[in-house]
Amino acid sequence: MTKPVVAVLAGLCGLVLAGAAWGAPPRAADLEAELVCPVCKTTLDQSDSPVANRMKAYIRTRIAAGDSAQQIKDALVAQFGPGVLARPPKGGFGLLAWLLPLVAVGVGAVVVGLLVTRWSRRRAPPAAEPLDPALERRVDEELARFEG
Amino acid sequence: MARRALLVAQGAAVGLVALLLGLLVWKLVSNQGGNLARAANRGERPAAPNFTLDRLDRGGKLTLSDLRGKAVAVNFWASWCDPCKQESPYLEQAWIENRAKGFVVLGVDANDFRSDARGFMRKYGITYPVVYDGPGKTLGGYGVKGFPETYVLDREGRVVDAFVGAIASDADRVRLRRAVRQALE
Repeated sequence: MTKPVVAVLAGLCGLVLAGAAWGAPPRAADLEAELVCPVCKTTLDQSDSPVANRMKAYIRTRIAAGDSAQQIKDALVAQFGPGVLARPPKGGFGLLAWLLPLVAVGVGAVVVGLLVTRWSRRRAPPAAEPLDPALERRVDEELARFEG
Repeated sequence: MARRALLVAQGAAVGLVALLLGLLVWKLVSNQGGNLARAANRGERPAAPNFTLDRLDRGGKLTLSDLRGKAVAVNFWASWCDPCKQESPYLEQAWIENRAKGFVVLGVDANDFRSDARGFMRKYGITYPVVYDGPGKTLGGYGVKGFPETYVLDREGRVVDAFVGAIASDADRVRLRRAVRQALE
């Protein structure tokens, strides 16, 4: 009887916490690390240029007005273009920035794999040829004489 | 078979490196733009890159080439730029004095909030046309490195003179007057 009640209470607590996190206002510091100053090309938290300071003030105003992180980013993209996002969008031309490193790593892995295969084949010792029976017999006799 | 696969993989790797190099070169070239200021100051008359941007002083868009036949001072500015505040009265004066002769000052507000730019225009009494380039796409083509910069174009859209920095001193104002006269010829 107690176990189901505890499970239900734990579930409710989880839901409340998740709801709180979902509805929590975005943090200015997080947004400043995800947005780029259009003049100095560093993230806002690294920049003290006039336009970066103006953007920081804008972010704080929008947070106070109750906007979500995505709404604030969308508003800044509408003003300054997609270049204002520190992480390129996962679509259109921005997708290249995500895919190219993966493609490069994949192609590199294939090339390295092929090269390793090739080199390991080259270095494999040649298969030993069977000895001539006469020669083998002679070697045995010589060894027997030497040991005897 | 393995040799063929190896050749294909090597070709793909070389192609990828070539693609990345191409992207790098394109980015460098597009950022360098024309170095119009240097060319104009050497006495050349390089063609000014064309653009079409939203207007801030009214609705609609404005294309630079539509002003062909007029002398144009393309002034790159932003509301957060202090020297831009100093020079705006001189540009307004030049526009008022010469517009009847076929001279236009065209402000290009870049890397800025639209609302801030409109506030600046009201505060400093700017009446000449202003377009908005929030992402700063036009800056690379002109080689703009900071604000303000002003490019005086003749009636055929060629750069007669370029001002890197504010037109603030008496010498700058004399030079602007001379450039406008030259552009109107």
